[in-house]
Amino acid sequence: MTFLRESYIVFRRQMRMNLRNPAWVIIGMLQPVLYLFLFGPLLKPLAEQFGATNAYTFFVPGLLVQLGIFGAFFAGFTLIAEWRDGVIEAERVTPASRTALLVGRLMRDVLQLFVQALILVGLGYVVGMRAPVRGVVLGVALTLLLGAACAAASNALALSTKSEDVMAPVINMVMMPVLLLSGILLPMTIGPAWLVRSSDFMPTRWIVDAVRGAFGGSFATSSMAWGISWTLVLFAAALWWGTSTFRRENS
Amino acid sequence: MIHARGLVQTFHTKAGREKSEVRAVDGVDIDVAEGEVVGFLGPNGAGKTTTLRMLTTLLRPTAGTATVAGFDVVKQAEQVRRSIGYVSQSGSTGGTARAGEEVMDHGMLYGLTSAQAKERGHQLFEQLDLDGMWSRQPKSMSGGQRRRLDIAMGLIHDPTLVFLDEPTTGLDPQARANLWTHIADLRSRRGATVFLTTHYLDEADHLSDRIVVIDHGRIVASDTPDNLKAQVSGDLVDLEIAALEQVSAAAEKVATVVGDAADVEVDAHHVRARVQRAGVVIPGLLRELDQAGITLTSIEVRRPTLDDVFLTLTGRSLRDSA
Repeated sequence: MTFLRESYIVFRRQMRMNLRNPAWVIIGMLQPVLYLFLFGPLLKPLAEQFGATNAYTFFVPGLLVQLGIFGAFFAGFTLIAEWRDGVIEAERVTPASRTALLVGRLMRDVLQLFVQALILVGLGYVVGMRAPVRGVVLGVALTLLLGAACAAASNALALSTKSEDVMAPVINMVMMPVLLLSGILLPMTIGPAWLVRSSDFMPTRWIVDAVRGAFGGSFATSSMAWGISWTLVLFAAALWWGTSTFRRENS
Repeated sequence: MIHARGLVQTFHTKAGREKSEVRAVDGVDIDVAEGEVVGFLGPNGAGKTTTLRMLTTLLRPTAGTATVAGFDVVKQAEQVRRSIGYVSQSGSTGGTARAGEEVMDHGMLYGLTSAQAKERGHQLFEQLDLDGMWSRQPKSMSGGQRRRLDIAMGLIHDPTLVFLDEPTTGLDPQARANLWTHIADLRSRRGATVFLTTHYLDEADHLSDRIVVIDHGRIVASDTPDNLKAQVSGDLVDLEIAALEQVSAAAEKVATVVGDAADVEVDAHHVRARVQRAGVVIPGLLRELDQAGITLTSIEVRRPTLDDVFLTLTGRSLRDSA
């Protein structure tokens, strides 16, 4: 109970500050729209080549996961600014739960991601995506969990490095292989065998497959099981990492 | 209120391939009684902030024990946090947040209801001369106002023990003097015990009942400002001699007063020495100098300051090292 209350206090503070900066909100909402309208049409003529019947049913889930990963990865930059202002230390000197300090921030990131996801899926339906509602619900849920995991990891990284200059290259280094080996924009199956093989080691590829499967209406598959498992594993690991950096005495 | 025994904090640093261990705090004992105002004095890098962070549960001691407000800083960290207020050196509010909301949120993290936090917050704003600042952004406040806002944050839950880390660093003299009155109020108006770090001697002198001096991670002295100053033998007398060729003759005269020529310092036109009860000795000394035909350009007598104390204790001036 106290934990929820403390998380909510932190969350409310974060939301208040974000909403006061409308530019930030608009950019956040615009991102998925731009992807859909500027990149979607390029995929349309290619869809048949990789065996998709509907380009948007293939593309929207990938975009969704990308939003979840990439938007959340940048959450840590705000945290560095807060740390520099002394806010983190001031919060850590209160009796509030260290996990609540992190979770309150994750709630902000997840809410933002949720709104973006709704816009993306809604527009997806508008431009011709076909997907069962329960598939969309499952896909969005997986995305939100993954987003929370990435935001937690980003916060942990931010508190460990405390420097934008260190963090930016690290994030770039992580994002490149994630983007290229997850089949977000194009399916891995159209690549050569060695590339497909290496993508097997990329957890987010399984998650993209699972979300895509959910949108396509196929639930009882092994890739769905893998995707869900990976999402839960990443979420648990990142939450643990994030909490331990907030708890660690020298942060 | 505070009992620390053998506190140690070691950090590991890496310079190239050489890994080395730095003992930032190296066996510190501190006792602070209820209602005391203690100044924790030392140059930058002496271990002040590190000690403070251990006492406020932000840093786990590498070794040693400490109880703060009756609770163990490691085993009962949460109770310690509930009992203390901490005003950190780096500030405590988001630059783009609103001052009043920051204070309220902070109070609510201590378990206050929204109404309680609001009422307390407004009281504190009034007491700390922050009227009308409630919906201001901290980044648009002056340095002094922001420090007072930090103090309001630290006091929102009415702690009985307040830690202040370099409260006036970077403030202009007027804002400093103003802040001093507010710090003095912490005890006189709320009966709080205050533990403040500073590298300003006048600040420690002005505010504290007792001064604890730390250097290289060790406590080198702990006493009242007056007793510490009494350790420095005598007042500093600084004579400026008009003619260079008369300087050595003047130094001899001063040496007869001090008793030992080794204690007399000669520096170009200046002759300096520490003299017991300078007020009594100087008239005679001046007469003798006059009879010897030595002309003075100026004479300065300085009561011992904490800087002199620091110099005596550590062999270094606080100003040099700060």
